[in-house]
Amino acid sequence: MRLNARKKEYIAKAMIWGAAMSVMIVLVAIILYILIRGLPVLSFSFLTQNPYNMGRSGGIASTIVGTIYITVVALLIAVPFGIGTAFYLAEYTRDSIITRIIRFSAESLAGIPSIIYGLFGYIFFVIYLGMGWSILAGGLTLAFMILPTIIRTSEEAIRAVPQIYRESSFSLGATKWQTIIKTVFPSAIQGIVNGVILSVGRCIAETAAVIFTAGSVLSMPTSIFDSTRTMAVHFFILASEGVSMQNAFGTAALLIILIFIINVGVNSLVNRFISKNQKR
Amino acid sequence: MENTQKKVKIKTKSVNLFYGTSHALGDINADIYENSITAVIGPSGCGKSTFLRLFNRMNDLIPGVTINGQVLLNYENVYAKDAYVVELRKKVGMVFQKPNIFPMSIRENIIIGPRHHGIKKKADLDIIVERSLKQAALWDEVKDNLNKPGLGLSAGEQQRLCIARALAIEPEVILFDESCSALDPESTMRIEDLMTELAKKYTIIIVTHNMEQAARVSHMSAFFMIDDEKIGRLVEYRPTGDMFSSPKDKRTEDYITGRYG
Ligand SMILES: Nc1ncnc2c1ncn2[C@@H]1O[C@H](COP(=O)(O)OP(=O)(O)OP(=O)(O)O)[C@@H](O)[C@H]1O
Ligand SMILES: [Mg+2]
Repeated sequence: MRLNARKKEYIAKAMIWGAAMSVMIVLVAIILYILIRGLPVLSFSFLTQNPYNMGRSGGIASTIVGTIYITVVALLIAVPFGIGTAFYLAEYTRDSIITRIIRFSAESLAGIPSIIYGLFGYIFFVIYLGMGWSILAGGLTLAFMILPTIIRTSEEAIRAVPQIYRESSFSLGATKWQTIIKTVFPSAIQGIVNGVILSVGRCIAETAAVIFTAGSVLSMPTSIFDSTRTMAVHFFILASEGVSMQNAFGTAALLIILIFIINVGVNSLVNRFISKNQKR
Repeated sequence: MENTQKKVKIKTKSVNLFYGTSHALGDINADIYENSITAVIGPSGCGKSTFLRLFNRMNDLIPGVTINGQVLLNYENVYAKDAYVVELRKKVGMVFQKPNIFPMSIRENIIIGPRHHGIKKKADLDIIVERSLKQAALWDEVKDNLNKPGLGLSAGEQQRLCIARALAIEPEVILFDESCSALDPESTMRIEDLMTELAKKYTIIIVTHNMEQAARVSHMSAFFMIDDEKIGRLVEYRPTGDMFSSPKDKRTEDYITGRYG
């Protein structure tokens, strides 16, 4: 009987380990494949030159700028509204009809395929509001897409702040607002930032919603009212229309590196900010 | 007894408190005297913390709490409609059971309160930091490390930092809810000495499960217990010496002699 239990334990362990290893191997294989094919393409001129001949030659400078533009617009809108909503849900209301409606909407929004956002953005921003294919329309659409993520991760981070911090703050005569700004927010910042990084990744990697709303113009954008082509869209068009597999992989490699840098970079920044005080 | 000559700092008048429908405090009438230490004792769940948290309206934070009756601080009802709870908490500081300093530097932990109340100048804040740490008997240990994280201190030091943090807002009353229960005997001693010292200037109310501690430091003792209907009642409230030498109520006697089951 005991041996049996031990055997089971052993098999379970092996299966779990096997599952984890398989996932890791597949992930590493994908990333390696793209890097091996893409890294040789990356060069200074590839990063700094605009694409020529539909992307067959030249670099991808304008798509890098377009990606940054759109992501920044999306964040400028989604971060303040998302964090604000999260604080409202976590700190200012008890469970009510309103909070349930907000949560239900956010959860439903989170489950919608991005191409639906694209369609909505096209109909509403591009056509109805007359923005045309533009960075603004694309950024607004992405903002709607990432809002649920930011709300949910921020709310979780805020709720994870120990109640005793709030009580201590109140016991010192702090107002609710002071408690939130000076005590709750600093303790929740790590979780909030994690949600934002996740969203940045999704903005950078998004294609469907962006093609519909920001278009795919290859020239360097000069304002948020210009149409643009993001790196992900560029990759999609290069690869799917067989324009240049080489440049497609170069773009993909840069995307992966970029997302990696953002993850590591922002996390270490936040850690430094926190550890200044929290380290024991 | 000398303490009964003292001025009444806080007065509760027929206070009843409900958590939802459960009746936690029943008809509490008590006078808390200025510049004295009042110990609140009783079995677990009898309402000691609830009683203590009446005075800085901390119970207000819990959804579904109803409070009726009056709590007078300096003869003013702190539960009056126009009373401002933030002003009250500036006058009534609190030290919790576990040291609960913020993940910030020692200095920032102390100035966070004064800052909330509009003190911005560095020179003023420096004075407050030094004064509060000295009052909390922590200055000598930390004066060279003010910018180090508070969480790096030992538990006893952290608890004294909590006291310093409470003192920084210059309260009139300080509440201690089992503030020594997580500390070693030596740190407990230091905090007891500190309470005695602070009682010269402040009004102090402590909740404690430690009968020796109540007997050692307090001037007045309040014994709480739940009655047959599970309502928290103030059974006996007298000068500590009298209560411990000749308890009037059988239940008090059983509790302080350790016969309580
Ligand atoms: N937040 C709350 N919600 C509902 N009931 C509560 C709450 N806090 C306390 N109570 C109840 O009120 C009664 C008194 O609780 P209180 O915490 O004041 O007791 P206590 O004497 O401080 O106990 P202890 O010695 O264990 O700290 C208990 O029956 C408790 O279950
Ligand atoms: Mg208690």
